[in-house]
Amino acid sequence: MAISTKLAQIGRECVACGSCLRVCPKSAIRIVSGVIARVDSDACVGCGRCAKTCPADVITIVQRRVAE
Amino acid sequence: MKRKWYDYLWVAELLYWVLGLCNILFAWLGVLFFFIPLLMAAIGGNKIYCNRYCGRGQLMGLLGSRLSRNLPPPRFLRSRWFRGGFLAFFMVMFGLMLRSTYLVFSGAPLRQTVTLLWMFKLPWQWAEVDMVSPWIAQFAFGFFGVMMTSTVLGLLTMVLFRPRSWCVYCPMGTMTQGICKLKQKKEDVICGGKSKEDCRIT
Repeated sequence: MAISTKLAQIGRECVACGSCLRVCPKSAIRIVSGVIARVDSDACVGCGRCAKTCPADVITIVQRRVAE
Repeated sequence: MKRKWYDYLWVAELLYWVLGLCNILFAWLGVLFFFIPLLMAAIGGNKIYCNRYCGRGQLMGLLGSRLSRNLPPPRFLRSRWFRGGFLAFFMVMFGLMLRSTYLVFSGAPLRQTVTLLWMFKLPWQWAEVDMVSPWIAQFAFGFFGVMMTSTVLGLLTMVLFRPRSWCVYCPMGTMTQGICKLKQKKEDVICGGKSKEDCRIT
């Protein structure tokens, strides 16, 4: 399966509200210990829905680093 | 994705407003919205209430899908200083509300008003509160004002920015995240850097 070239990245100021969980089509995001959201980079397809929904605007879509 | 029962908790939020407007004493139910998230954070060490069960968040999401401008909120909204400051301010106002409840308990006359945005006193003379002690009614008036104020702010930021902008500076969310951080630190100390799962196994 081809891996997307993009990936969601969550900033440190995440408020762990969980808005991103609801819109992620791949269930690639989880809230770790009620503190911050984390992205499963293997599952993320970089669609950007989470970034558009995040009320704190802390999610950015970045270019995936290719493994050497 | 198949919807679960908790995806409909926005109905509970709507019901709270309908009941509260019919009889102010239903404002007491709002205490549940305060204690449940705190208990979940303190016991479970998570923000599952915000993530899954918050009816207000769900309602903002639903309304916002039609009414929000969907613009990124200003950076200060998510800053630690603003969130902490807003929590402190909210707690002071909550304390003043509790004080006025105590004053009525001590014999001061009941004030049948709901204070909106900490300034505007809305007359609420139609409320039938004779069946309970005046301090119980006073708490209901005060608490309904707190709930109304936070809802108005939430709706305002919902329209101006993104649907769930209230979640960014919601005092309950700030508190529960703080509790989770403290719990995580404690667990890190006990587990000595191991992951939570590994720590529980050993």
